[in-house]
Amino acid sequence: MAEPVQDWKTDYDIFSKTYIKDPFPVWDELRGACPVAHTDRWGGSWMPTRYDDLFNIARDIQHFSSRNVLVADIMPPPDAEYANDIDPEAVAQYNVGAPPITSDPPVHTWARKLLLPPFSATQVARWEAETRELCGALIDEFIASGRADGAADYAQQIPPRVIASMLGIPKEMSGTFTEWVRGFLELGLTDPELRNQSALSIFSYMNERIQERKQNLREDDLLSYLLTATVDGEPVPEPHVLGTCFLLMVAGIDTTWSSIGSAIWHLAQHPEDRARLIAEPELISSAVEELLRAYSPVTMARYVAEDVEYNGCPMKEGDRVLMNFPAANRDPEVFENPDEVILDREKNPHIAFGVGIHRCAGSNLARMEMKVAIEEWLKRIPDFRLEDPENVTWAGGQVRGPRIMPIVWPS
Amino acid sequence: MKVTVDSEKCQGHNRCYILAPGLFKVDEFGYATPRGDGTVPPDLQEKARLAVTNCPERAIEIIEDEG
Repeated sequence: MAEPVQDWKTDYDIFSKTYIKDPFPVWDELRGACPVAHTDRWGGSWMPTRYDDLFNIARDIQHFSSRNVLVADIMPPPDAEYANDIDPEAVAQYNVGAPPITSDPPVHTWARKLLLPPFSATQVARWEAETRELCGALIDEFIASGRADGAADYAQQIPPRVIASMLGIPKEMSGTFTEWVRGFLELGLTDPELRNQSALSIFSYMNERIQERKQNLREDDLLSYLLTATVDGEPVPEPHVLGTCFLLMVAGIDTTWSSIGSAIWHLAQHPEDRARLIAEPELISSAVEELLRAYSPVTMARYVAEDVEYNGCPMKEGDRVLMNFPAANRDPEVFENPDEVILDREKNPHIAFGVGIHRCAGSNLARMEMKVAIEEWLKRIPDFRLEDPENVTWAGGQVRGPRIMPIVWPS
Repeated sequence: MKVTVDSEKCQGHNRCYILAPGLFKVDEFGYATPRGDGTVPPDLQEKARLAVTNCPERAIEIIEDEG
């Protein structure tokens, strides 16, 4: 058991149960008293909580590298060490990384250009009807019973199936994908063995699908797209394709599921917001942005590439900086009444998807899934509540969202 | 009134395009540019201001008419 935190400024613990459940008071305290906090826990890190500091650090890619973006982690080797062929041992050691999230320029520049087009708003819209159908089918399963777990039975079921469809891999495996991703990004963050096993499972599985798809290319899936794309006239190196597939699975599942879950959690406790969304459905876009701001799920990390003093903090090469975007999005300097959810908030430059060159490549997909998941739920279950607010469990650290969330409604 | 997008700053968040599709367009990577020469019709001036305040990269500016 970890020692309880006495002083959040010098000894914070992002994996403490109280912090995971309710991090907001800690951020408020730190923003005022020590806007860049430090801890020696989990390998040591710095943690800014003010919007402007997150904004500045995310954009300073010279000092703050993305070689390592996990909040408690081991180091992958830099892009330069990529092998040309997939070596199973190398895979086991994460030798391919997860480009472009784990890349710095110049690799980042072309790797991102490769990935952005299939995730543009226009391309993502092509998956909307299927997502709507999926949400409806999930609700069909439980609506008559008057109760469901809004996290496990609904939110968790959506993103793995959508990303599987886009990649062109079997949707039936979505439960397993979720288990692997949680093992890597959630439960595995404080359990290196589970993390390694989970990563290896994803790499091996995706590698099998890649080998299979090479023999049988299709017209319209991401695997075929990545395998046939060229950069400067050359095919994309296969280890890079593998790393990107790993990224798409890891980044596209836990994160969006957490956002959908938090949105349902909020609406379950705010009948006035439910009523408003039902009466004014055109508010859905700004409501999605506001829910993303108030319940931003993702904290990333950066790796200090060269010694730098930031706001009086002596950061050394190799230190990690936790990119607490969720805290930035509650900063009263930028957002009026930051702890209040205002569905039509006018000034909302939230950075839930990050800021700078690593802006989440899947942001349009996440928005579409949130919008459809909320709309379909409200259409069928307009009146609902948490069975017992005290029984909701949360995951946190890298990705924050509800994991067990019994919801009830009149049936 | 005109809007401009600083292409060095824009990272393709799509916020301006969602808020004011009549004023901005995005390319296949999500990077935004003003429609036409950026001139804002009177009925879209409020939308233009929203695009400025909601851009996370602070990439959008408004040039007010002189006089």
